[in-house]
Amino acid sequence: MRGTMTRQRRFLAIGLLVALLVAGVGSYYASSHPDGLEYVAGKTGFLDSADDPVDTGSPFADYGTKGVDDERLSGGIAGVAGVGLTLLIGGGLFWVLRRRPAPQRQD
Amino acid sequence: MHVPDGFLDAPTSVATGVVAAAGVGVALRKARAELDDRTAPMAGLVAAFVFAGQMINFPVGAGTSGHLLGGALAAVLVGPWTGALCISVVLLVQSLFMADGGLTALGTNITLMAIVGAFVGYAVFRLVLAVLPRRAGSVPVAAAAGAFVSVPTAAAVFTLLFAIGGTADVATGKVLAAMVGWHVVIGIGEAIVTGLVVSAVIASRPDLVHGARGLATRAPLVTSEAAA
Repeated sequence: MRGTMTRQRRFLAIGLLVALLVAGVGSYYASSHPDGLEYVAGKTGFLDSADDPVDTGSPFADYGTKGVDDERLSGGIAGVAGVGLTLLIGGGLFWVLRRRPAPQRQD
Repeated sequence: MHVPDGFLDAPTSVATGVVAAAGVGVALRKARAELDDRTAPMAGLVAAFVFAGQMINFPVGAGTSGHLLGGALAAVLVGPWTGALCISVVLLVQSLFMADGGLTALGTNITLMAIVGAFVGYAVFRLVLAVLPRRAGSVPVAAAAGAFVSVPTAAAVFTLLFAIGGTADVATGKVLAAMVGWHVVIGIGEAIVTGLVVSAVIASRPDLVHGARGLATRAPLVTSEAAA
């Protein structure tokens, strides 16, 4: 069982590292063109019907970090924060929802 | 495909909010069957990974881009109910913290990307898997097919919502053609990313892939578990 748990932890750690690198570093190199919906909205003429996003007071609006001028760092921090928040909320939710292990059966 | 506030009128947004709330409510109950001590942390990781993946916009030509939606990917990796919840969490974080996707459009976005994305993706995945050879190598191929179909389907459902409650007066046919056309191209990117990620997970931990259950994932894992 121990071996399985170690392998599991290793897999999760590597997966999380990949997610953090993608969001924290890779995102800087992402295309800045509008996505499919935004592009179509602009082309067919309903982009103007979008309202400005509500200010929720988050420092990470538009995947940048308030007060950080360096573009790479600003986006990187926002990406890492987003991954962390998603892991925290998602992981917490799934951990609460999970089926608890049944008591060990004696064979 | 994050819908901002204002594209759809209030009644339509309320209606998609109700659909999303009902869908998430059912998913919260059904996901229990998919989650245990082993798969719950995996599901948290999948949500975090989809958040990261959605940040990577790839160019698809003519000054437009696409990014992973992740519904099919999550559904294949952790099951459709848990997968829909993964995407819902991502969308919640994005609208609350990143100003990506409107707050009043959260129900619309959950309906499109979490519910339609995960379930259409998973349904096509199951159909394709059923006709492929019964081995683990078929799983990434079927996942890619599910991912491919899920993106233009979500785009078509958006167009339907726009036809019902769009605030701008634009011909539905024009929007439908453009939305589906571009999202077929974006769907190819979705299929590639989904296929690659699923095959990477299958290669290292086939036992963690929900969609690979019941397929030959080789004996060593089973015997090492039983021997421990």
